[in-house]
Amino acid sequence: MKKTILTTTAMVAGLGMVAGAASAQEVRFMCYSDGNECEVYDDLANRFEADNPGIDVIVDVVPYQAILENLPVQLAAGTGPDLAKVTDLGGLNEYYLDLTDYVDADYWENSFGETLNWYRVGDRQGIYGMHSQLTITGPFVNATLFEQAGIEMPGEGATWDDWATAASAVVEATDADFPMAMDRSGHRVAGPAISYGAKYFDAEGNGSFDGFDAFAEAFVSWNEDGTMARDVWASQGGSTYADAAQEFINGEVVFYYSGSWQVGRMDEQVGDFFDWQVVGSPCGPAGPCSGMPGGAGVVGFEGTENPEAVAAFIDFLAQEDVYAEATARTRNLPAHLGVASAGVEFEDVSPAAQGALNGFAGALPDVSPIAFAYQGYAGNRAMFGITVERVSQAIVGELSVADAMERAASDLEAAMAESQ
Amino acid sequence: MLALQRKLGVNRLAWAFLLPNLILFGLFAFLPVILNVFYAMTGGDNVLLADRPDVGARNFVTLLDCENYLDVNSCREDKFWRAVWNTVRFVILQVGFMVGFALLTAIILNRDIRARGFFRSVFFFPVLLSPVVVALIWKWILQREGVLNAFLDWTGAGGINWLVDAQWAFGWSVFISVWAHMGFYTLILLAGLQAIPRDVYEAALMDRANAWRTFRRITLPLLAPTMLVVLILALIKGVQTFDEVYAFTGGGPGTATTFIIQYIYEEGFAGAPRLFGLAAAASLLVAGVLVVLTLIQLRISRNNVDG
Amino acid sequence: MARVLSFLTATRGKGRLHWTDWVSYAYLIFGIFLMFGPVVWLVLSSFKSANELDRFPPRFLPYAQETVEVDGFDDPLLAFTVVDGELEGEIVGQTRRAAGRAEVIVPSNPDERFRLTVDQIEPIERVAFATENYSQLFERFNFLKFFWNSTFITVTATLLMLLVNSMAAFALSKYEFRGRTSVLLIVIGTLMIPQTVVLVPLFLIVTELGMFNSLWGVIIPGAATPTGVFLLRQYMITIPDEILDAARMDKASEWKIFWRIIIPLSAPAIAVLAILAIMWRWNDFLWPLIVLTRTENFTLQLALNSFQGELQTDWPSLLAMTVLTLLPIAAVFMFLQKYIATGIASTGGK
Repeated sequence: MKKTILTTTAMVAGLGMVAGAASAQEVRFMCYSDGNECEVYDDLANRFEADNPGIDVIVDVVPYQAILENLPVQLAAGTGPDLAKVTDLGGLNEYYLDLTDYVDADYWENSFGETLNWYRVGDRQGIYGMHSQLTITGPFVNATLFEQAGIEMPGEGATWDDWATAASAVVEATDADFPMAMDRSGHRVAGPAISYGAKYFDAEGNGSFDGFDAFAEAFVSWNEDGTMARDVWASQGGSTYADAAQEFINGEVVFYYSGSWQVGRMDEQVGDFFDWQVVGSPCGPAGPCSGMPGGAGVVGFEGTENPEAVAAFIDFLAQEDVYAEATARTRNLPAHLGVASAGVEFEDVSPAAQGALNGFAGALPDVSPIAFAYQGYAGNRAMFGITVERVSQAIVGELSVADAMERAASDLEAAMAESQ
Repeated sequence: MLALQRKLGVNRLAWAFLLPNLILFGLFAFLPVILNVFYAMTGGDNVLLADRPDVGARNFVTLLDCENYLDVNSCREDKFWRAVWNTVRFVILQVGFMVGFALLTAIILNRDIRARGFFRSVFFFPVLLSPVVVALIWKWILQREGVLNAFLDWTGAGGINWLVDAQWAFGWSVFISVWAHMGFYTLILLAGLQAIPRDVYEAALMDRANAWRTFRRITLPLLAPTMLVVLILALIKGVQTFDEVYAFTGGGPGTATTFIIQYIYEEGFAGAPRLFGLAAAASLLVAGVLVVLTLIQLRISRNNVDG
Repeated sequence: MARVLSFLTATRGKGRLHWTDWVSYAYLIFGIFLMFGPVVWLVLSSFKSANELDRFPPRFLPYAQETVEVDGFDDPLLAFTVVDGELEGEIVGQTRRAAGRAEVIVPSNPDERFRLTVDQIEPIERVAFATENYSQLFERFNFLKFFWNSTFITVTATLLMLLVNSMAAFALSKYEFRGRTSVLLIVIGTLMIPQTVVLVPLFLIVTELGMFNSLWGVIIPGAATPTGVFLLRQYMITIPDEILDAARMDKASEWKIFWRIIIPLSAPAIAVLAILAIMWRWNDFLWPLIVLTRTENFTLQLALNSFQGELQTDWPSLLAMTVLTLLPIAAVFMFLQKYIATGIASTGGK
């Protein structure tokens, strides 16, 4: 990067231009990694700098905690970065730089469609974020265990109950420990909960836990009777995240409900210990066989001194070829519709992982509109947290399911009163 | 310096010695605490004080709204009261074990043992580890398929799912926080033991004083100023236990190991919306209780030293 | 009885080992096992691959599976010993595995393939240290820059803190003046508010003073720790006033008394505070995380924790980095702990 500045300076000086024009526009990109994302963006930034002399993009790799807890404080105090990779998509809306005037708005609308809405709140309806990694929740299944048990895997359209019965039978017949496991996260239960009839919004469009009870009942009873690996939800407290990847990798779990971001880890760590595959989200009594979309995106901030440079860089990342390359290298699902329809050849993955990622991408059309709206709702983080805390209390027996749901409703009410 | 000394007089010179500290301390320790009081009296989820609506004592009322303080389910902020009662139980156990073992360790390390530097390091190294790493190590040991259960299986005793059982998880939280911080207090006590002149012991030896008596009549009183530091710090830090337990159990199972700082952290910083006001109010309530407890400690120690 | 006394008080009796020595050594050895064992295990684990770290149950040493070279295959194959069936005792390479069955090859006979069930074969493993966990760190980022930032912050903040705190402690322990108790109580009082809630107000103050994204923004607030004043003050109280009075008779200035008498006599407490201050600043995470956002200002702790993502953590790198950051401070401790030995006991007692 230094080299770029030097050559630029030399060039400008050689042409006898005014020295002031040579000062580089420095753009700070606060990035966190769940894998190699920041490395890839750093690499792409170098290419961008080569095309745009005078702009210097510096990628600062920070712990996720800095994005979640400190970035909002820094933005409020006016000391934020120029752009960042964020997950609280709607929550930070007030600080976003509207890219509409700097980019080809039609291209963005056509390419990113629905995900643009996730960054919009109230009357701020511009173009704010490029969804860089789309995720979708869904189950991983240990196919080897099914084969050993000689049990047929439930097919298309199977319900949660079908899977629970089948997975329990597999555990009976093999030395696996748990029929099912689900990450400890309010985001993860959202898909299944919608399948069980959760509405997540009331008539006015405000967040609500109406209809969540049915899933809470079922989930708590699965944890009680051993259908679900109780450790995942019961051995943690608060709203902390816990996954069951370790149990699945060690071949202890038959059916593991997590999401597309785990594919890379499964691919590397399961190796040839057993065969695993991704199936569509099971269906529920209320109908939809829905997973839950999610992910992270790159946004610019209004506080930046160089809005053109920030917008230019984000727009560069959003171009179809660049986006396709980043997706392939970071092994994420594309949110870019053009890239998605052309298909992505992921880098350094086994055929199993390629199949799994395609499986997840194929499950997108099944995602319920409620799930899309919930992902785009600015209050969803509050609701995720409440779900995890209160449902866990019901699982360990501190509260009855009914009491837990009552508490969840009053927690949500209090949270909404404060954030108005 | 001497000129200044003449001008001020010896005792008022004390302020000259205090000044640099008072400036730093005032700006970076005291002022934030004062701002915290203002946060406690505002609501909403804005960061800057200027943007926050004044709500008076509402945050305190919310926290203290309870039909029966012993029945957490009757409280409006049930999580706060669960955390309070967990913290009370935790602190009683943790401070006792912490100070007891730190004192025992310091006394042994103060002896003329071989490889003293090495042994001092052994007991101090856990203090150097970050909370995340402490939690990770003990998870390896205590998880369902961890080392301890593998060992118990091998002996035929059979494993226990430590982290899913509320009582065990609580017990292990006490253990881990003692494990992680004992070295800190041991070190302070070790310095305190060095301050006791050897000749006092030699005199006691000559008088053929009873050993336990000597310990109580010489070591403990002469160690009293240091013990006071240790007791006060242990109590404050015990109430403020958070990092390693949070990384270890996340406060679970359920809320069995959720302590007061976790409540404050989740309400004010990690959760959504960020209720700084409620978090600040809770921190002031905790501080109020701590001030009372510390004053009692100071009073007792003064009586002991004087008497 | 005198020997019990020596156990409870000071030193081992000369000559033979007394039972109290046995008890002491037993305690210390138990201490090695309980306190040091997990630390050693941490170091060994930093040489493990991600697979090995996720394994149930965890193992003490890092292992990797052996491989065999077989003609006709570009990559080495995973090696297994056959424990059952007609190939029993043979070492085989695995070509494929699916659904509980493995296809294997005997290296001497690369043309014939055998199908075995997985319980017929056992992986051959050897101890292997994944040193790439460490070498990756140096490739991936500017380790020396982070190391320098951490060192600069730690050294400067520690020196500043020791000077400022010992001056204040001297004033609070050896002078009678109005407001002394109040100052002390306020100092202790600020300890009662947890760091977590003070973080945001402190951040606003530091930003207001223009120290955001500057190493001084970490150094200066760090020097204001109340614990240090309290700790030193309580130690200085035990220094006999007669020593000071004697010096005053000799017309020594108060600064000279502080610098030449109080500081040397407080060596053990200052050594302890130095150790603690170095440790606090070196391991400081939450505060630098909010004040420093630019890579060129990062400390080792920030770099270390950047391996934690939202959904996944790169544990092998994080552990290797933890061990690397642990080494310098462990060395500093070994060096400084020697000074927790000479105090009033040897200089001022008689």
